[in-house]
Amino acid sequence: MGGRLNLYKFSSPATFYPLAGKIGKISTLIAVVLLVIGLYMSFFVAPTDYKQGEGYRIIFIHVPSAWMSMFIYLVMAFWAGIGLVFNTRLSSMMAQALAPTGAIMTFIALWTGAFWGKPMWGAWWVWDARLTSELILFFLYIGFIALQGSIDDARRADRAGAVLLLVGVVNIPIIYFSVKWWNTLHQGASVSVTEGSNMSTIMLQAMLIMTFAFWAYSIAVSMYRVRAIILEREKDTRWVSELPEIRR
Amino acid sequence: MFSAFRTIIARDLLLAMRRRSDVLTTLFFFVIVVSLFPLGIGPELNTLRLIAPGVFWVAALLASMLALEKLFFVDYQDGALEQMLLAPQPLSILVLGKVLAHWLVTGLPLVLLSPLLGLQYDLSTATIGIMMLTLLIGTPALSLIGAIGAALTLGLRGGGVLVSLLVLPLYIPVLIFGAGAVEAETSGLGGTGHLSMLGAILLLSALAAPLATAAALRISAE
Repeated sequence: MGGRLNLYKFSSPATFYPLAGKIGKISTLIAVVLLVIGLYMSFFVAPTDYKQGEGYRIIFIHVPSAWMSMFIYLVMAFWAGIGLVFNTRLSSMMAQALAPTGAIMTFIALWTGAFWGKPMWGAWWVWDARLTSELILFFLYIGFIALQGSIDDARRADRAGAVLLLVGVVNIPIIYFSVKWWNTLHQGASVSVTEGSNMSTIMLQAMLIMTFAFWAYSIAVSMYRVRAIILEREKDTRWVSELPEIRR
Repeated sequence: MFSAFRTIIARDLLLAMRRRSDVLTTLFFFVIVVSLFPLGIGPELNTLRLIAPGVFWVAALLASMLALEKLFFVDYQDGALEQMLLAPQPLSILVLGKVLAHWLVTGLPLVLLSPLLGLQYDLSTATIGIMMLTLLIGTPALSLIGAIGAALTLGLRGGGVLVSLLVLPLYIPVLIFGAGAVEAETSGLGGTGHLSMLGAILLLSALAAPLATAAALRISAE
């Protein structure tokens, strides 16, 4: 090694490609191990909730996916901003690679939320502030993916997507608070999502393990996806044609 | 700088006056959508009074979104947009001028026509007044925010559908505070808070949206 680590080295697709493969493999391993532990804990170790019964166990999927859905949008906006300012191709590719995972996380959060809401609230869907803003977040993801998909020129797609992400990230707090005030004006929140949030330690531990599992999964999937994007965009370069998996 | 601003407004207004059918299309779209709701829901006046703010605002949203397609497209096709990109004046000022002219021909007529449609929904004079006020503050914000989407999708396949996907989620706060102000005012809660928020959104979008639109135009036209 010697000397300090040169981070800029990995801003080139050619050097990042093998690194992404390594990170992807390690993250997959971590994700699988944590998922096994987390699912075992959430289904067999965590006690039954005295108020919500067994149905509450869905939060071990729901809460991590909801957290990831919001976090991934911020990470995408971060990469998009970097890509726009420094004109680094890889940053934009990262933003593009993260988008489907973020959309899936949002969808899982909405879907599991509906499953949880039916037994607890008696309705698949209520116009609660959190639900509504999660739905709008889903629309924002879909808009980003649709915009990127309809632009053929990769460079323009990257930069247009970056502008959209930055506009979206400014709007998210505005949307969240407007939805919140809209909701409180129309009706008092009949059921609070955080009701009885003094969770037992074991539940919290299981949820945190699941969160890290989701985190590792998101990293793994986006690394594999960014590898595919790199290959697609750099297919005419020499280093790609010299890769062992391409020559085969 | 300001002479360029004025020139571009005058130019766009002149162009719009030469192509009046475009202006009328948006206006009549608004009228038709608003008139369709009673047909779908039923002529019960109490129900209509209740849903009027929401209907008017959703119709205004859709009309504003449909009109976006024409905001930059003609200039993009005939090359005028490239000249604007090359102009020494800041692009965001030119964009602001274009958006203002666009609002004058597509947003303002809608505001002015809303009292007439309000009568269809049996609204009281006070409600019609507050509705006009919210539309007056809200529709420029819609045009400003929508301009970003219009610039991003410039010249793309299926740009019209795409722009709705990009822009409608961003319109939600305006919808909430616009329709909310009318409802709060009629229910006696007082809509001042909503109106202030609507004004804040207008100011914020007037500051930030032209910059984002200018960036998006440079990306799209390069």
